[in-house]
Amino acid sequence: MSSREEILGRIRTALGERGPVSPVTRGYRTVDVRPAEVLLDVLVDRLEDYKATVVRCGPDEVAATVATALAAVQGDVVVAPGVPSAWRPEGSVEDDGRPAVDLAGYGATLTGVSAAVAETGTLVLDGSPLCGRRALSLLPDCLVCVVEAAQVVGSVPEGLAVLDPLAPLTMISGPSATSDIELQRVEGVHGPRALIVVLVA
Amino acid sequence: MTAVFLGIPTAPPGVGHLRGDRSFPDAAREALRDGQLRANLGHATSTIRAKRAAVVGELPDWAELREAGRAIKAATMARLDEHLIALEEQVTARGGTVHWARDAIEANAIVTRLVQATGADEVVKVKSMATQEIGLNEALEAAGITAHETDLAELIVQLGDDKPSHILVPAIHKNRAEIREIFLRTMPGADPDLTDDPRQLAMAARTHLRERFLRARVAISGANFAVAETGTLAVVESEGNGRMCLTLPDTLITVMGIEKVVPSWRDLEVYLQLLPRSSTGERMNPYTSLWAGVTPGDGPQEFHLVLLDNGRTAVLADEVGREALHCIRCSACLNVCPVYERTGGHAYGSVYPGPIGAILSPQLTGVEDNASLPYASSLCGACYDVCPVAIDIPSILVHLRAEHVEAQTRTTPEAVAFRALSKAMSSPRLWRLAQRAAGLGRFLARGKTTLPNALPPPVSTWTRTRDLPTPPAKTFTQQWAEEHRS
Repeated sequence: MSSREEILGRIRTALGERGPVSPVTRGYRTVDVRPAEVLLDVLVDRLEDYKATVVRCGPDEVAATVATALAAVQGDVVVAPGVPSAWRPEGSVEDDGRPAVDLAGYGATLTGVSAAVAETGTLVLDGSPLCGRRALSLLPDCLVCVVEAAQVVGSVPEGLAVLDPLAPLTMISGPSATSDIELQRVEGVHGPRALIVVLVA
Repeated sequence: MTAVFLGIPTAPPGVGHLRGDRSFPDAAREALRDGQLRANLGHATSTIRAKRAAVVGELPDWAELREAGRAIKAATMARLDEHLIALEEQVTARGGTVHWARDAIEANAIVTRLVQATGADEVVKVKSMATQEIGLNEALEAAGITAHETDLAELIVQLGDDKPSHILVPAIHKNRAEIREIFLRTMPGADPDLTDDPRQLAMAARTHLRERFLRARVAISGANFAVAETGTLAVVESEGNGRMCLTLPDTLITVMGIEKVVPSWRDLEVYLQLLPRSSTGERMNPYTSLWAGVTPGDGPQEFHLVLLDNGRTAVLADEVGREALHCIRCSACLNVCPVYERTGGHAYGSVYPGPIGAILSPQLTGVEDNASLPYASSLCGACYDVCPVAIDIPSILVHLRAEHVEAQTRTTPEAVAFRALSKAMSSPRLWRLAQRAAGLGRFLARGKTTLPNALPPPVSTWTRTRDLPTPPAKTFTQQWAEEHRS
């Protein structure tokens, strides 16, 4: 008998006679009804609490805002291929599909997001041209994400509902961090040590 | 119904890390003498308890999320075979390969073979309880493959030639000064001016691992969740080491206990709220990676999923004990446990320490192989209160104690005493006599509220760890009778 058949057989033996499965009651909140402006404030509060830098700007000011935010960053800025040209700071280069490890040479990355969850301060990147491949938002030491106000939802259930479960998804809540030494949180380990969020409203 | 009766095998001995080399009381006695260890644990667990309480208190619907978390797991276990078949189908359809491993030996062999097929002689690893459980690192080493742990705490444990002592923070028993010493001693090229500032220590780990990530061709991970209906795997982490492993190498091998499957995508909305708040006390952990099979041009182009039994089906066979399979490995129960806080994780002898370990390890191995663990608890119930999926740990502990007692073939003095007590309590006349006899204990107490604990053996094995209250001058029934005589 194959391992597969044997394990499935053990499960069937263990479960024995099967009754009906008890239904799952989802009594928790699945929508956040707070007004959009409040949700933006919550998002900013959560992001800053986890040591991300948040800058707000109008739709026409994205490139200039990104450039200002990156003024102190050493090295070239690489952008995901689907990032609109109006967002790209001068001198930035587009990800050309080079081997992933070579992305480590860049100083900063600029991407969009596919959704943002206010209550947890979470940005979601989905591997689309706007967000770029996963290594792009991982290897350069500074990550800049542009979030448009319309992409912000209140709760985790609302966030998951707009995502594609088959896409390679990365949920990002602040810069990389560890609590492994005396359970004290320290920001900045293997992932980008700086996270800058440009909130467009 | 028990697994033994049904002929379902438990996790085999001689491989992996589910069994200690001595009983819990013996190991705990040594741990309790280590003042540094107790200070480290007390500091770390009180920090994390406060953080968890704050972020759990933020959610007005915590109780509802917890109930949904429990119910989804119960429903999943009730149809575990169907969900695993669906998961296999989905992962395969998206370019992954699914392997089934009856036990630790088979899982280690599968992973070793897969690594060897790539020609690599080293792998990078994401922290994973399942691979710790099966002793994968040792198996790879025996095959000449070096496994680099990349989680900071796992790295500390690996470099210090130590054992993990906590589910979430395997190096919780070490403080910053001890970690600095380990880094200076074991990291080639470590800066001799390295201080014990946690930020500096984290940066030293970053430098140490950076090059290993960039050259790695094979990664091994565990999984926090696997969605049956979509084939989506999830790894929840903080440092970005997980993302490095899941993204950069050509080949990814994920080893996952069969109980980690959840039926639907929507179920993640519950666990992604329960897990981070319960484990690190954060609203959301910094990074969660989700992937389904292989994505062309993004991440590993070869993906293997190893589904591990290793005693889990034996746990499933116990209708009371199977709730232990609901565990999402948050470690909240460790952090609140008065026993864990004092002894630390090593005393439990298994990679699963604390209250959840005390019910999981004995069930995975068969209770006689971890017979002291169900007693490693005061049954205070704090673990049940904080468990995000409402596992009734105290009831399962009592259930396993009963199983252990029933498995005894030799009569113990304790059994004799309890048999006598049972007889006395079944007869009002005998009970009254016994109470009157117990009243003589007042002479031994000499006015104190507890009896002296220096009683002769075999009674001393019981009284050494328990305070016997001095019997009252009058029993409750005597007093009741007097007050209600009219």
